[in-house]
Amino acid sequence: MSTPTPGDVFREESSMSTSTLPESLPESSEPRSSEPLLDVRDLRIVYDSPRGPVEACSGVNLTVRPGEFVGIVGESGCGKSTLLFGIAQLHSAPARIAGGEVLFRGKDLVSLPIKELNDLRWRNLAVVMQSAMNALNPVRTIGDQFKDAILAHEKWSQERIRERSAEVLRLVSIDPVHLDSYPHQLSGGMRQRAMIAMALLFTPDLIVMDEPTSALDVVAQRSLMVQIKELQQELGFAVVFVTHDMSLVSHFSDRLLVMYAGQVVEFGPTREVFDTPSHPYSKSLLDAFPSIRGPKVPLLGIPGDPPNLANPPEGCRFNPRCPVVKERCRSEAPELYTLAASPDVESRCLAHHPTNALDVELVSEVQSS
Amino acid sequence: MTPLLETRDLSRHFKVGGKLFSHQMLHAVDDVNLTINEREIVALVGESGSGKSTMARLLAQVYKPTTGQITFQGKDLAQLRGRKAQLKYRSDVPMVFQDPFASLNPVYKVSHGIKRGLKLHRPELSASERHEELLRVVSAVGLNPPEEIIERYPYELSGGQRQRIGFAQALAYRPKLILADEPVSMLDVSIRIGLLNVMAKMRDEEGVSILYITHDIASARYVSDRVMVMYGGHVVEAGPTESVLADPQHPYTQLLLSAVPDPRAPLEITTEAAKAEPPAVIDPQPGCRFRARCPIAIDRCAHVTPLLQIVEPEHTAACHVAAPAPVAV
Repeated sequence: MSTPTPGDVFREESSMSTSTLPESLPESSEPRSSEPLLDVRDLRIVYDSPRGPVEACSGVNLTVRPGEFVGIVGESGCGKSTLLFGIAQLHSAPARIAGGEVLFRGKDLVSLPIKELNDLRWRNLAVVMQSAMNALNPVRTIGDQFKDAILAHEKWSQERIRERSAEVLRLVSIDPVHLDSYPHQLSGGMRQRAMIAMALLFTPDLIVMDEPTSALDVVAQRSLMVQIKELQQELGFAVVFVTHDMSLVSHFSDRLLVMYAGQVVEFGPTREVFDTPSHPYSKSLLDAFPSIRGPKVPLLGIPGDPPNLANPPEGCRFNPRCPVVKERCRSEAPELYTLAASPDVESRCLAHHPTNALDVELVSEVQSS
Repeated sequence: MTPLLETRDLSRHFKVGGKLFSHQMLHAVDDVNLTINEREIVALVGESGSGKSTMARLLAQVYKPTTGQITFQGKDLAQLRGRKAQLKYRSDVPMVFQDPFASLNPVYKVSHGIKRGLKLHRPELSASERHEELLRVVSAVGLNPPEEIIERYPYELSGGQRQRIGFAQALAYRPKLILADEPVSMLDVSIRIGLLNVMAKMRDEEGVSILYITHDIASARYVSDRVMVMYGGHVVEAGPTESVLADPQHPYTQLLLSAVPDPRAPLEITTEAAKAEPPAVIDPQPGCRFRARCPIAIDRCAHVTPLLQIVEPEHTAACHVAAPAPVAV
């Protein structure tokens, strides 16, 4: 898949029906190069508070290859949105980057001058925010807002702007007549799709999405996910998708990063994380939602609340809520260990500590807890 | 046995469009027959704009029905006269709101709302009894230790804890029926299940009925006894939860079920029906409102509104194709 020209991008609305989705959809799309598009290294983001700094993102490492779909999951307050803001350099005081690098196409965004950063933004790196109701300006038409985004980067003629805006709206199956509509005239799903259309104006290399579907009902949510995946396969951009609903990304992401209390606790190919979660937290998240099929079993969710990041627990940060906690977990902070069984998966659980590999029983206990 | 609450052909229409002499009517709820028995959780499922929240507001008497009737414990609500009777109804049928961040007053401790409700609805209690009752309902929704929780302000609680306070507030009135409008949709997936368990516990231990309004059919399956599926203001399918979900008849129910993300199952790609927008229910013509998205629609669907037909004991569906009306001989 090469970078499409605007002509390639143009498609008739009728061809957007989901039934024509490529059969390969559940499979991960093959990354076209091993060189990462985005390489986050040991990123630390702190919020300065009167009671001292609160570290919301503690040494996160994350790579995204071109054309890859990476899901980031975790509960509220685990630092996933902070991470995303750090990637896009959209954080503002009291948040600040306390260390680490965000390499995007080889350039470190953290130290990049604002002028160069602005040049990259939207053209190469676009962001879709959680609530389209708040992200769109209610007193301006969709078309006007698209125009703003374009004029910030290009001196295009009115016709060209109009043409391109109509084109991206068609991509997300919205009739271009809505360029003259105000946000309140669109349904929630359409607004969210309009936001995605806006992110596609320059066909960026990477789109970061912060829970774009959380305000939608299940049917609209499913259709938006399918559409994002279709567009991604067609246009070849990479996606970093933040959500608290692990099941949502199960069929769409290539790799999955599970965050807890500001740390990465598990990172690996989506299928492996789902089939054999190697961290008790991933396992608990997976067991937290009721299934629509199979026998009805009583569920408990995850007892307790995420820790206060101003004062995280000693040892493993998940230990107060962990169903298989051991004495060691309360004092020894685990690192991210590469799994002996599957080298693509990293897990922050002492059960996978390479030297002790506590014991085989514990590993299986984690997976069957 | 008389059901706890029953609606007969309940409809609510809203005026839309600002012209002086020509306005259109938006049919938010049309001809809904709903029954809620004692000690029962009924799930009302549907997408945004299907009329499920309008139903909750009709039952909470925020809106007056355009046509139709609501009876509670055998009495017609339209006949309720006087402040006392109104108050009684509101304490019998309280509501729990969707957004726990907006529904608690941020400048008061969480005990404030519960105590005010107790004073208003159960004036016979003494101050110490009120305090006892306050502690009881807070621990009944799983917030422990209650003595500590009630001293907190809403900002000191997580979303899940706040929503539990919402339920505690409703529970304090000794309600018969709680109207819960999307009570878990603003919460993290990982803590939703805790709230659903609280609802089941309230039914089992306090004998409360709950109308659980949601778009998440998986959670409806987990907690409800009966389910009603709404689409475009109409009930399209209703019945015992297991029967409806195991053997959905209406194509819309099938669509809802297929849209639930399930990592344990392979991805099913549904047809265009998933893409389309909810129907415009402004001055609707007769006919099935789902027909534009329906994969099995026939000619008849465009002219005749399908009625609920019995497909299995207690399980009804409104579809000309899946549940055809018996032919009159």
